[in-house]
Amino acid sequence: MSALLQINDLRVEGRRNTRSPYSPIVKGVSLEVNRGEVLALIGESGAGKSTIAVSSMGYAKPGCRFSGGEVIFDGISVLDMTLEQKRVVRGARISYVAQSAAASFNASLRLDDQITEVSMVHGVGTKAEAETRMVDLARRMQLPDPENIIRKYPHQVSGGQLQRLMAVMAMNAQPDLLVLDEPTTALDVTTQVEVLAAFKDAIRDSGAAAIYVTHDLAVVAQVADRIHVLLGGETVEEGPTEQILHDPQEDYTRKLMAAVRPPPKRTGEGAGSREATDDTVIDVAAIDAGYGKRIGGGVVVQVLHDVSVDIPRGSAVGVIGESGCGKSTLARVISGLLPAASGEILLDGSALPSDVKDRTREQLRRVQIVMQMPDVSFNPLKTIGQALERPLEFYLDMPADKRRERVAELLKMVDLPAEFANRRPQALSGGQKQRVNLARALAAEPEVILCDEVTSALDTVVGAQIIELLKRLQDDLGVTFVFISHDLSTVASFADRVVVLYAGRVAEQGPTAQILSPPYHPYTSLLLHSVPEMRVGWLEEIRETETAQLAAASVVEIGATGCPFHKRCPMAIPGTCDVKDPPIRPLPNGHRIACHREVAELY
Amino acid sequence: MRGDQREGQLLTKLILRRLALGAITLLVVSLIVFGGTEILPGDVANAILGQGATPENLQVIRKELGLDRPAYIRYFEWLGGLFTGDLGNSLATQRPVSDILAPRLPKTLLLGGLAALIAVPLAVTLGLYTAMRPGSWFDRSLTTGSIAMVSAPEFLIATLLVLAFAVELRWLPAIARISESSSPGEVFIALAMPVATLTAAVLAPMMRMTRSAILNVLSHPSIEMAILKGVPRRTIILKHALPNAIAPIINVIAVNLAYIIGGVLVVETIFSYDGVAKLMVDGVAARDLPVVQACAMFFCAIYIVFNLIADVVSIVANPRLRHSK
Repeated sequence: MSALLQINDLRVEGRRNTRSPYSPIVKGVSLEVNRGEVLALIGESGAGKSTIAVSSMGYAKPGCRFSGGEVIFDGISVLDMTLEQKRVVRGARISYVAQSAAASFNASLRLDDQITEVSMVHGVGTKAEAETRMVDLARRMQLPDPENIIRKYPHQVSGGQLQRLMAVMAMNAQPDLLVLDEPTTALDVTTQVEVLAAFKDAIRDSGAAAIYVTHDLAVVAQVADRIHVLLGGETVEEGPTEQILHDPQEDYTRKLMAAVRPPPKRTGEGAGSREATDDTVIDVAAIDAGYGKRIGGGVVVQVLHDVSVDIPRGSAVGVIGESGCGKSTLARVISGLLPAASGEILLDGSALPSDVKDRTREQLRRVQIVMQMPDVSFNPLKTIGQALERPLEFYLDMPADKRRERVAELLKMVDLPAEFANRRPQALSGGQKQRVNLARALAAEPEVILCDEVTSALDTVVGAQIIELLKRLQDDLGVTFVFISHDLSTVASFADRVVVLYAGRVAEQGPTAQILSPPYHPYTSLLLHSVPEMRVGWLEEIRETETAQLAAASVVEIGATGCPFHKRCPMAIPGTCDVKDPPIRPLPNGHRIACHREVAELY
Repeated sequence: MRGDQREGQLLTKLILRRLALGAITLLVVSLIVFGGTEILPGDVANAILGQGATPENLQVIRKELGLDRPAYIRYFEWLGGLFTGDLGNSLATQRPVSDILAPRLPKTLLLGGLAALIAVPLAVTLGLYTAMRPGSWFDRSLTTGSIAMVSAPEFLIATLLVLAFAVELRWLPAIARISESSSPGEVFIALAMPVATLTAAVLAPMMRMTRSAILNVLSHPSIEMAILKGVPRRTIILKHALPNAIAPIINVIAVNLAYIIGGVLVVETIFSYDGVAKLMVDGVAARDLPVVQACAMFFCAIYIVFNLIADVVSIVANPRLRHSK
């Protein structure tokens, strides 16, 4: 039997705007997908993964066009089809699951309308049959209350539910091939596990083949039969999952594997090494903060509740938590961009004004922040040199000739050539921009640098290099880093101390080694168990645990009384955890757990 | 369902708040209108007496008309009158302003209404059509044409129309006169050029905004998703794109309908059409303040009502407001 989908020597080219010339994006890639098989396309951004995946539907993204090769689906050449012929195939025989369900569902239409529409426009059975399939699929996707959730509008359900509903939509017309484009990338780690499992079951049950696009090797290990590695629009290698993971043939694949941080060992070995000191550089004391000022004090939406964190001088403090937990808000409060509603920030024992406008230049100089998005944190009209000279002039009153010298030094510090000073930000890659961002923070010679998700917008390999740079800078310069991330593996590999935030409260904080080993706060335990491991079969094991099942049953609720985690907690004590704020249990080395359970119960 | 009830309340609250804001705006407008007519140079006493005005005569007439009392007292009297439907008497003719206004209102509404009735569907259809084929020959020529139309003011368009159809071709009258006994055919001939002028003024911006609103929505990931679901192009535009573009489109329509009201002032004057706008222009010339104030309030009220409608439609069209979490 021939393959369901066969792509031969596919070439796609694209251009930025209608005036610029076309340049190749996919440069002659061949692959095939058999019935009932899951093929993963992996590679960094710009590798051409998504472009190849949607070419199976005869679709070229806006600004792109096919320039060669063929795509044969079930014996028919897709690229030679008319628009109408392609329309008949799309959705009915090949369907698509996009990365961001929140953007890909139409905000004005009810979910059930959008889901059954696929079957309706393709004439697959009656409306009633499509509805039955929808509810049935929703149940199999483990969506809570399937009959009612599908009657809602997209903004009324959570991101993880929406992503699963998108799969329900993709499978409603019973297609032969599913194209999944980074379907779990935008999700939080604890949500990702459930969604991944639901996808895997659904693919298996439907007997459809699938193309799974992702940059995350640990995810690939859970779902794929075969892996196709791409780099810059060309094939690097292809092989069965086990072989690619454990016996890669090509250097690039090995490099990809090496960039994957092993999930933090739950024994606590190998984590941060610096000794805990009593010398606190920043003391965050009982901060309440949020957005929208209320008349007569307080905030409309409170994000941080009574957050207290010590940041020892010369250490790296990791702040971890899921989206919406208040990580970035904490960075904004420390930097003064968002004045706290109550509480204090002490810098070297003296209180910092809560509003950045009230801080002296010297106070500003001592605390610098590096933002998440390198692409939007530069003025496109200024050269890199000008961007770096600005803090030198502003904070240090350095004369022009010395500034230029210093810029060269700063660029060297972040491993960039001195010529970069004359370039403009557009000429730099994301990773290079993030290095300049870091150099700009260093220019002020600060004592503390706040790094807000600085690797999140970067590819794995580039992100790993930035982490290495941060480690080196810390060893060389002794700067204190506050490192905010949703990725526990990254934090664990770099931080001396870890602060775990949940729904705006500190669940647990302490030395990294102690956080990664029992006793755990129940939420820390869930986080640790949710980080995918790069081995086949991990997903099946983890789903058996009680922790994962309970976590799947509920969503985060901010501002509830008692411990905010109690609904998802396997150890919650009814009548206590849901009404009373948890006590803080002190452990050695400043390790603190906020939990109603005795420490002895948390092992 | 309780949820729906709560949603309904939220929506009602938002709409009521908007209506209250509209009422406040109208009140502010009344102040501006009154203040504006107060500072007009010259006064009605002067206008009535003309050349023969002596200071004593002026004083007598002012006293008769109550113009010697402080402005704020006259403002509140006038405002109170507005609420009870008493628009005062024309200073020039002594007839109640409402009697003067009454026969002219339908004429202005007919002119503006006809222009809107033609311009809105035409603009939205053309906008949709060009958005479906961006960059096509049709799209480009309409875009270029519309820029030319936007740049030409109404009086220029009207003058050119008169030159062509009234002076050269002699098909249409240069003066638009209709009465209650006019037949539909006569009304058509009389109003063809005024309506065409108004339509020309608002067609282009509405069309261009519709086009860009639809194009903006079409570049959204949800539309790519619909394409990859195999939804036919027509359905994508009408079912997936249009509901998301409705709020900006309604907004631009409302603003342009309000603009028609402004255009009416120019058009009625040029074509000597006996509507409210011409009454207002004549009123200004005669310093007949009650008439000017009543006309100004009429135009402002219509303007505010259209903007209110736009706001309310935007609220109702937003599913996030209609169905809260």
